[in-house]
Amino acid sequence: MPKVTWVLGDGREISANVAVGHNLMEAAVANNVPDVIGECGGCLSCATCHVYVDPAWAAKTGKPAEMENDMLEITTAERRELSRLSCQILATEELDGLILHVPHN
Amino acid sequence: MTMTAPIILVGAGQASASCAAKLRALGYDGALTIIGDEPAAPYQRPPLSKKYVSGELARERLFIRPLSWYAEQRIELRLGTRVVKLDAAGHRVTLADGTNLSFSRLLLATGSTPRRLPAEIGGNLANVFTIRNLADADTIAPALIPGANLLVIGGGYIGLEAAAVAAQKGLDVTVIEMADRILQRVAAAPTADFFRTLHQSHGVTIREATGLAELVGKDGRLSSARLKDGTILPADLAIVGIGILPNDDLAQAAGIAVESGILVDGKCRTSVPDIFAAGDCANFTWRGQRTRLESVQNAIDQGEHAAACLLGEAPDYDPVPWFWSDQYEVKLQIAGLNRGYDSTVLRPGKRPLSQSIWYFRGDTLIAIDAMNDALAYALGKKMLESGKPVAKAAIADPASDLKALAS
Ligand SMILES: Cc1cc2nc3c(=O)[nH]c(=O)nc-3n(C[C@H](O)[C@H](O)[C@H](O)COP(=O)(O)OP(=O)(O)OC[C@H]3O[C@@H](n4cnc5c(N)ncnc54)[C@H](O)[C@@H]3O)c2cc1C
Ligand code: FES
Repeated sequence: MPKVTWVLGDGREISANVAVGHNLMEAAVANNVPDVIGECGGCLSCATCHVYVDPAWAAKTGKPAEMENDMLEITTAERRELSRLSCQILATEELDGLILHVPHN
Repeated sequence: MTMTAPIILVGAGQASASCAAKLRALGYDGALTIIGDEPAAPYQRPPLSKKYVSGELARERLFIRPLSWYAEQRIELRLGTRVVKLDAAGHRVTLADGTNLSFSRLLLATGSTPRRLPAEIGGNLANVFTIRNLADADTIAPALIPGANLLVIGGGYIGLEAAAVAAQKGLDVTVIEMADRILQRVAAAPTADFFRTLHQSHGVTIREATGLAELVGKDGRLSSARLKDGTILPADLAIVGIGILPNDDLAQAAGIAVESGILVDGKCRTSVPDIFAAGDCANFTWRGQRTRLESVQNAIDQGEHAAACLLGEAPDYDPVPWFWSDQYEVKLQIAGLNRGYDSTVLRPGKRPLSQSIWYFRGDTLIAIDAMNDALAYALGKKMLESGKPVAKAAIADPASDLKALAS
């Protein structure tokens, strides 16, 4: 199971092993990561699962697909180049070690 | 009552879960109890008619929070336990097993119950289902056998979602709708047209302006349906999606004012001090009109709002509603509430099966239905939130830049 680390707005870190195929919003919620909310349960309708991918991992997580890219228009925290909706990132073995930065709400 | 008595949340659903989280986030440190009659901890209902009933999403992925979270947050979960009586003046609830619990303040987040068909016309036959909870979905899933005849009664979102899942599993699906068209109560004709075509393209038969005379059974089990026009349709199972009724009986018996839901003000207060309500069961005033919203957005936002109100002062609840529905390869996203619209504008999208319907009352934008068009949804929602006026003509022009219009 790949290990994912969430770096919170206050610098605190939470790490967890995530089952392959689970999305990283549900993984964050299951591990009580604050500020990743996931109101729509991963249905691409709320943008409350917004994270910034660590630059070192940008190539591996890839770019948002079209619908996700559109939804990134309504994130609460500012959209940046490495903004993603974490419900659209699925855990894979290649993402072992992934670091996500969680915007402070 | 003592001030050390817990805050009690009745109903272990979406609204209670978000209220509990918010109470802790706002610094409420006292005792907090959630009482729910279902055996499961709060879970998401939307997948029940989508990826859960189809078998694509495992049960453990439905839960809103892991059990460890409730423990960490010192939230007591009393599950499989129904509140049978509320003594408002005495600040006490009675559980089904006779236990009495005192509360300092109480939230009613009891949700709603699907309307059933009357027993006289076969509503109680075996294999006639409604979808509200995990137990319902767990009973329906094994009945979705390829080749079986499914009759969906009611062309609203839940019925259409179930039709989509079943059609994709190879069932023979017919949807009957009493009104002139599907989605009559919730969407304009162009949205209904879009979904009618979509379902037909997947082999679903849609019969609108079609009343049901009765469901006919054999040995207590559904076998066919007789329509008002005399047609007999063979049916192995039926899913009834004809609306829901708010669970307001507990409140009513306690002398709390109810009228199509538990009446609350902008601060989630019922007619009785220290008792609040939120979610599907609550009827509040929104933009001057009594309103009940049956959505995750409302359960979450009103649940959170109730948390602030349980602890003290808060502004009036004034949401921008949103909703979604997934059918086949189409994601429908809705922002706003189209109640009272007098015109619509159709804006074609940039992808296959993509378009948006913009609802206006006079010159004011009030809602958007976006099909496979998240940009229209997102930017339309932004416009509704900011209240920035937007011209119909600009929306109708496919070349106009929504981003510019929204900012
Ligand atoms: C099949 C289905 C699909 C849906 N799809 C969508 C969708 O795509 N998008 C969307 O936004 N919304 C959708 N919804 C609506 C959404 O799930 C509800 O609006 C939301 O769950 C309401 O939350 P709630 O907390 O008010 O009620 P609920 O989640 O229903 O929770 C209330 C709980 O209280 C319990 N209860 C009632 N009375 C008592 C009592 N006396 N004692 C103890 N417990 C009690 C109930 O059994 C229930 O468990 C869907 C709903 C269903 C059923
Ligand atoms: S959880 Fe709603 S968009 Fe990701």
